[in-house]
Parts: sequence; C-alpha cells; structure tokens
Amino acid sequence: MTDATSTPPGGGARTKSSLMTLDNRVRRRNAAEARFRAYGIAAVTVGLIFLALLLFAIVRNGVPAFTQTFMTIPVELKADKLDKNGNRDIEEIKKVSTFGYKPLIIDAMSRTLADNGIESPFAKDKDLEKMVSASASAQIRDFVIANPGRIGETVDFRVLASSRVDGYMKGRVAREDLARDKNLDAEHLDVTDALNEAGVLKREFNWAFILGADASESRPEQAGIGVSMLGSFFMMLVVLGLALPIGVAASIYLEEFAPKNRWTDLIEVNISNLAAVPSIVFGILGLAVFIQFAHLPQSAPLVGGLVLTLMTLPTIIISTRASLKAVPPSIRDAALGVGASKMQSVFHHVLPLAMPGILTGTIIGLAQALGETAPLLLIGMVGYIASNYPDGIASGFLDPNSAMPAQIYEWAKRADPAYYERAWGGIIILLLFLMTMNIIAIILRRRFERRW
Amino acid sequence: MSYFKLTASAVAIAAVSATAAAARDQVQVAGSSTVLPYASIVAEAFGENFDFPTPVVESGGSSAGLKRFCEGVGGNTIDVANASRKIKDKEVKACAEAGVTDIIEVRIGYDGIVFASQLNGPAYNAFEPADLFNALGAKVLKDGALVDNTNTKWSDFNADLPAEEILAFVPGTKHGTREVFDEKVILAGCEETGAFEAYVASGLDEKAAEKACMDLRTDGRSVDIDGDYTETLASIDANANGIGVFGLAFYENNTDKLKVATMSGVEPKTETIASGDYPVSRPLYFYVKKAHIGVIPGLKEYAEFFVSDDMAGPDGPLAEYGLVSDPELSATQSGVAEEQTMGSNM
Repeated sequence: MTDATSTPPGGGARTKSSLMTLDNRVRRRNAAEARFRAYGIAAVTVGLIFLALLLFAIVRNGVPAFTQTFMTIPVELKADKLDKNGNRDIEEIKKVSTFGYKPLIIDAMSRTLADNGIESPFAKDKDLEKMVSASASAQIRDFVIANPGRIGETVDFRVLASSRVDGYMKGRVAREDLARDKNLDAEHLDVTDALNEAGVLKREFNWAFILGADASESRPEQAGIGVSMLGSFFMMLVVLGLALPIGVAASIYLEEFAPKNRWTDLIEVNISNLAAVPSIVFGILGLAVFIQFAHLPQSAPLVGGLVLTLMTLPTIIISTRASLKAVPPSIRDAALGVGASKMQSVFHHVLPLAMPGILTGTIIGLAQALGETAPLLLIGMVGYIASNYPDGIASGFLDPNSAMPAQIYEWAKRADPAYYERAWGGIIILLLFLMTMNIIAIILRRRFERRW
Repeated sequence: MSYFKLTASAVAIAAVSATAAAARDQVQVAGSSTVLPYASIVAEAFGENFDFPTPVVESGGSSAGLKRFCEGVGGNTIDVANASRKIKDKEVKACAEAGVTDIIEVRIGYDGIVFASQLNGPAYNAFEPADLFNALGAKVLKDGALVDNTNTKWSDFNADLPAEEILAFVPGTKHGTREVFDEKVILAGCEETGAFEAYVASGLDEKAAEKACMDLRTDGRSVDIDGDYTETLASIDANANGIGVFGLAFYENNTDKLKVATMSGVEPKTETIASGDYPVSRPLYFYVKKAHIGVIPGLKEYAEFFVSDDMAGPDGPLAEYGLVSDPELSATQSGVAEEQTMGSNM
C-alpha cells in the first residue's frame, strides 16, 4: 500500500491514484479472488450434486424393499394329508415335510380364485403355485405343528406372494419381460391383476425385512436383515469392550506417563501407520491368528469383532491422545499443586475433561467398523449364513452369523433381481445406523466440549 | 474405573470361546459359488423340515472351498465342500496329508454354461466352438499357419456373425466354470479349426498342444471376471458388443436383460443339457467328510436330504431354480446312505 500512496524518494513520476478508483492491479487481484470463490462454490456444488444423486438412487431403489405383497388364502388343513392315521401324534405330523403341504396351497389358491369369481386361465391348478412364495408351506407346517388340534379346519393364512408377483405389483417386472421367463407367465399377471382388484393381494409394510433372517436364492421375498443386524450388534459389543479400554489405557500411558524416548517415538509412528493399513490386511491377519492358530469358530461375530477391534484401535488411540493433549496443562498443574498424585490428577481431572473427545472418537471408530466388509470376507461371514437367530448371549458371539454390510454384499451378488432391491434397502438401514451414530457423536461434542 | 470390568469381561468371553470352539451344532458348508444357490435352497428347506439348525453355506469358489475342506478334521474345519468340478488328485493328496482320508463324493446334477449378450444388442444368436476359439484364442490358424490372433470383429472369420468388435467376459481361473469353458469350448474349437494339429505338427506333444490351445488372447478382448455372474452381467450391461459366460440358472433368472446364443445349433435348456445334446455342461458335486458324520449333528441327514427326490429330483426346487437333475440320482442316494467313500467303489 505504501508504494501506491506515497511518492518514492528520488521523485519518480508516479501517477497519483485513489483508493476509490480501481487500478488494473487491484482489479486483477479482485478478479482472482472472485474466481477462487467461484471454484470453491463449484466444488461444493459438485459434491452436493453427487451426494444428492447417491441419496436419490439409494432411496429410489431401496424403498420398495420395505413393502411386500401379501395375500390371504383359506387353507384347508386336510387330515388325510397331514395326519394319515388320525391320532394327532406330533411325531407323525412332523414327518410330513413342507413338500406335503404344496397340494394344500394349490387347493387354497384355486379356491381363492373361485371365491372371487376369477376364472383360472391354467389347464392345471398346479401352475397357480408359482404365485405363492415357497415360504408359505413352511409357515403352514409350523402352524400345524404348533396347533395339531386344528387339523381338519380351514384356516386363513396371510402368506407372501412370490417375488415375481411382488415385482409386478411394484412395477419392477414388466409384462413383456415374462415372455422368456420360466418363473412366471403372462397369465399369472392376469390373475394377479384380478386378485389385486378383488383385494386379496395387499402391498404392506414388511417388518420381516428389518427383523427377519436371510433366505435362500429361490425366495427373495422372505429375506430380511434382522439376523445379520444382530451379528453386527455382537461384533460392535466386542469392539467396544476391547477397543475402548485398550485404546484409552494405551493413550493415557503414552500421553501422560511414558518417558519421551526412541521407543515411544517408534510406537507412536507405528500407531499412525496402523491407522492407514487397508482393512483387508486385518482380515488376513484374523484368519491366520484367530481361526487357524487360536482355533476360534469360523464365521463367528466374536472373530469378526476381534478383527474389527484391531482395525479400530489406532483410530481410538489417536483421537484419545488428541483430546488428552487438548486439556490445558494448567489443570494438571493445579491438581498436582493441591497434592494430588499423578494418577489422581489424570483420572480425577484430565480424563473427565477429555471424555467427550474420547467418546466422539470411539463412536466414529465404531461407525467405521460397522460399515466394514473387506475383513469379513476372509473370516467367512459372507454367504448364506444369517439364517438362524442366536439363542442366547454365548450363541450370539459364537454361532456363525453375518454382518449388515456383508449381507448387503451377498444380496447384491445373487442372481434374482429381487435381491438387488433388497441390497439397496439394506443400505438404507445401514446408513440410518451410521447417521444415528454420527449424530450422537456430534451431540456429545457440542454438549460437553469445553473450550479454554 | 469401569473399563477394568470391561476388560475382565472381554477376557472372560475369549476364555469361554476357546472351550466352545469344539462343540458346533450346525453343518458348515463352503465352496463353489455356482453350487451356493442350490446349497442355500437345500439348507433353508433342511432347517424348516428337521429339528437341526439351518446349515451355514459360504461361497468363495470351488478351489478355495476344497482347500478349506482339506485343512483337517475337527470342529473348526468345514464339513462339506461344494464344487463345480471333480476334486483333483492333487487335492485328494493334500486332504490325506492333513488327515482327511474318507471323503464321500456326491454328484447333485448338471449345470449348463451359456453364452449370453444384451437382450437388444447385436445378433449373437448362434456360436460354434470354432467361432469362440477364433475370437479368443491366443494364436489361431490363418492360411495354414499359426499366427497371433489379430481378429477384431466376429465377421472377420465367420460371415454369419455380426460385424461387431470382439469382447468377451469369461470367468477367472479360480472359477470351476473356466475349466469347463476352456475344455469344452476353446479346446473343442481348437481341434475343430485344425489349430490343434498345427500345434502338434509344430513339435508339441499332445498335452502341451492342449495347453497351448487353451491360452486366451491377452490384448483386452477377452476379459477375466474374478467376481460373480452379477459382475459379468454389469459388464454386459455396459458393453453392448460384449458376450458373457453365465450359468444356466443365472441366465434363467435374468431373461429380461439377457439373450442366449445356441452352441453347435443347440439351445441351452434343462432338457437339452440332460439329454447331453448341449455340449457345454458340467456335473456339480459336493464332498462330505466322513469323519464328521456322527460328530456334527445333522450332517448325514443334510447330505441325504440334498439328493432326495423331493429336492434334487426333476420336479424339485433345485430343478426349478435351474439345476439339470441327474438321471442316476437313485444310485447317488444309495451311495450317500451307505456312506461310500471315494476309492471304495471306483
């Protein structure tokens, strides 16, 4: 500025300028600033557009997974099929497998059609079976085994429609697609339309998607993410139970007690390096150490949790050390000054003040672990695994189970397009969990963070 | 200092798990991703119809499954390995070295391998093995001499095929499907075109000539897909001129996106595969550790249920999904019932 306003000694012939009028240089500088702002806004906009596109795609593809087409059909529980000897012996009733229930469902379907005045376009009633999910026979069999006294009666069952019928109701399956599809024919769609008009078919919110178990490839309509959600839950318990105490203890020691020498420097560098190690490496380590060497059970959430603990530890240690460092030394000095021991000063004064930062770091570490798939591939948590509810705490940790991201990956791989929809639906649930955790972390930080 | 308690409980959990590792109450299966859908259908129905828990089925490929199968005997090894090819002598040996000696081999049926392309894409409607060899082989016969493959369009060697850039998505080498593709399509095409004889004439013995035949070109026109069929499908979606190699069951579930080509004039269908007219098919297997029968509850029941008429028969759910059922199923059933191990009757 001085150059512009004062005449240089030596009396050069400089033109006088005013701050009120812009000369070329100022104009150029202003233009540069305006350009930089525009770049910034453009960058933010591009980011926001991608985020919006992503969210839009997820919601559009995933929301249909939360509803499912059901139909209510009257099934006659024929005694001559289900209990041939008529003595209602539960062991004999159990001998009738789900295949024995198929004829009952076919009968129930043709009866439903007749009751609603719909003419069956099929020569054989057997073709109607394709409209009902294969899960129906298991559902009816379970009912009969639980209530053997009701054999002989006609009971209304609310059963799942098959995935192609459901896809048609959702607009995923088009009439022309079925020309070469052997799973369903165009006539089935005529029946579907008629049943829909008659009010037999209903598209309802599907709790089984959120709470249910995985299903095999032939019945996507039945699949749910509930069991793998429990798998994720037990893994997170292991991560929380191990990573938090180990991480906090390690960082307190390193930050407050450890001498500063070459060894602690080495440890520090290694912790930072560990944070950058790709997660698949931890998976291989887990396979080698926990399963092949320590003989822990395969596909168990316990092993998954141990692997994810290794992955989360550096994150927790780094954030804990950062929040311990942020506590001003005057707090420590004051505590020591009134006669507290080193340990008392740390645990009574420093740690409580650092707690919000530690918790935030932990929650973000947990959220990262919750969304991790790669290490789980190697310890056998991908496949048709999340099929049994754990029957207790121990079985929750030790029985084979999947995790939410692994389940989503598995669904995305499967042949039936109905599973693709479920993969997107699973992503919505996973995102909701991650968002909740991040919001909790933000609230904790806002609420309890102290500034000095 | 609540984290001392947390640490203590974590240590306790680890201690409990170490003792519980031996006791396992569900069947564990791993292996071929081609067999996975069938195994999952059986496992689900098994869980519904028996008082045993639903077996756990992992994927990962035939070789990976058999490798884990051969790790040894005991609660933390798998009970059943699914495979889309026969177990190799090398693998039997590796098994024996790890103490897995009595293996029950069960053939569940056949699977067709189909060549499919975008539904509205170019008219890839009929292939001969020779066409695929000319398109994808590393060296092809041109004017009586073996030269590096320079064909860029399908019409370069067969005027009946569309004038489209060659692009094929074939399964990676860890898949059992690749082996069948190599042997039944590429090798057959190699022999058909006379390239095989040219290799032999050039001084290679028959085995080396076969191997040379099965080399695919590496200039990017033949793309290895190491993932699953969904990855192949996505590649086809993105490339209108591409053809992909799929399992019959996968194709039948995605007829709204894919159209299939005939091979040697035969359309791939369950009927043509069962009759043997369609040339590119392969048997599917699973392998059971006999030592685990009686130790792992439900293992034998699972194996028997898998090959029962209700499941694997021509009208069962497996056939409905795309498995070509085995005409000799009853022999397989009695073999499983008697726990016949490999080598005892062959």
